[in-house]
Amino acid sequence: MPKLLKHIVVTTAAVLAIAAGVYLAWPRAQSASSVDAAIKSSWSDAAPEWQARLVQDETQKVCSQFRNAPPRNLAEAITARSKAAIVYPSDGKLMGDWKKGQSLAQNGYGGRFTDYPPRRENGGNCYACHQLDAAELSFGTLGPSLLNYGKDRKYKEAEVKTVYERIYDPHAAIPCANMPRLGASKFLTPEQIADLVAFVMSPESPVNK
Amino acid sequence: MRFGLSLAAAAMAVLLGACIAPAFAIDDTERELEKYRQMLKADPWSNPALLDADRGEALWQEKRGPKNASLEACDLGKGPGKVDGAFAELPRYFKDANRVMDLESRLVWCMETLQGLTRAEILRRPYSKANQQGTDLEALATYVATKSRGVKFAPPLAHAKEKAARALGETLFFRRQGPMDFACATCHADTGKRIRLQALPYLSKPEEARTVIGEWPAYRISQGTVMTMQHRIADCFWQMRLPLVDYGSDVTVALTSYLVNQAKGGEITAPAIKR
Repeated sequence: MPKLLKHIVVTTAAVLAIAAGVYLAWPRAQSASSVDAAIKSSWSDAAPEWQARLVQDETQKVCSQFRNAPPRNLAEAITARSKAAIVYPSDGKLMGDWKKGQSLAQNGYGGRFTDYPPRRENGGNCYACHQLDAAELSFGTLGPSLLNYGKDRKYKEAEVKTVYERIYDPHAAIPCANMPRLGASKFLTPEQIADLVAFVMSPESPVNK
Repeated sequence: MRFGLSLAAAAMAVLLGACIAPAFAIDDTERELEKYRQMLKADPWSNPALLDADRGEALWQEKRGPKNASLEACDLGKGPGKVDGAFAELPRYFKDANRVMDLESRLVWCMETLQGLTRAEILRRPYSKANQQGTDLEALATYVATKSRGVKFAPPLAHAKEKAARALGETLFFRRQGPMDFACATCHADTGKRIRLQALPYLSKPEEARTVIGEWPAYRISQGTVMTMQHRIADCFWQMRLPLVDYGSDVTVALTSYLVNQAKGGEITAPAIKR
């Protein structure tokens, strides 16, 4: 290749790479400060602890900016951060009571401004998005069907931990997953999550019947 | 304020589900739900929201407030008093207010400036509760929207502030926040999805936005009352575990601007009957 041509190719590649980097780093629509200002003015009546819910953490920021498809380095940072923060039940048991899990999966209570002061425990609201027990026809489809989840995986021990971590913080395995971080956000306790794990993984659970 | 709309909707879906033999496959469940929706739409004159529209028209003409004025001089964007087709071109930039306004924030503006009512008075009861008559704002919004039935959405996008509002709405649509990490896009950026049995429109896809955005304000059978776009958005934020958003705020106007621009060319069918 003639030297000049090579020079042009290299320069063009460099310019394109820089342009792509700038494009990716550029906010999609609005500057962060104008969005924050609009949010602040639009919830002017909310109490400070409620306004705090509108402030994004790093994971929310990255997932919003890249519309849940973050570049590899940022995706790896999310999974690393999420993995490091997982808390397990103090007794070490990742499989709780599937019957309690069954009721938590139906329960959509908690966290709305009409839910304070709390009148009952927070629920997992799993059926909003997942199929679980075949007898429950009112299930959503935003998440995958979990019917026969444990049975299909031969009730393997390793899957128990996987399911616990997936509920505690799905970003530990799938960066920018749609599912809420029910454990990391302290919406559910580690013990409640263990009950949900049993509902999905126990051979006695209707999910696997 | 009771914000149990979605809960009630879910409960209704569960009830409906219980009426259907468990042996039915999910496709049969979907078919039964569609049959139910069609029954609701069979006789358009049975729509109770038309009563709200009538009451809204009377309110529009009634002299009210300290200035004892009607809303007939209200400029909804096509000139003072011009109601026909105005809803199809909202949200838009209004020079007098120096901001982009949707129908409902514009109604508040006109009630403040023409009638001399205070914002606090106007917003004392913005949304009706279940099985109540629509509020004044709901009646007025339903009336104005009804005067654009059959018209296609054509929101103006020439002014810099209109462009900024649409762009802010798009950013907000994909913004994840709150204890559940939800964005609008969590539920409304894919096709054929459901929460429990409730079908979710893919609002960032123009084909789907065009069929649903023009349905609001709509009469909701599960609530027995009319619901406007402000209320619909506030209720989504409630479900996202966020605080109550201010009525006619920059955020709700921006989201409405984004949604209406996605729905550009879609026909206005308000007030629709929703489940």
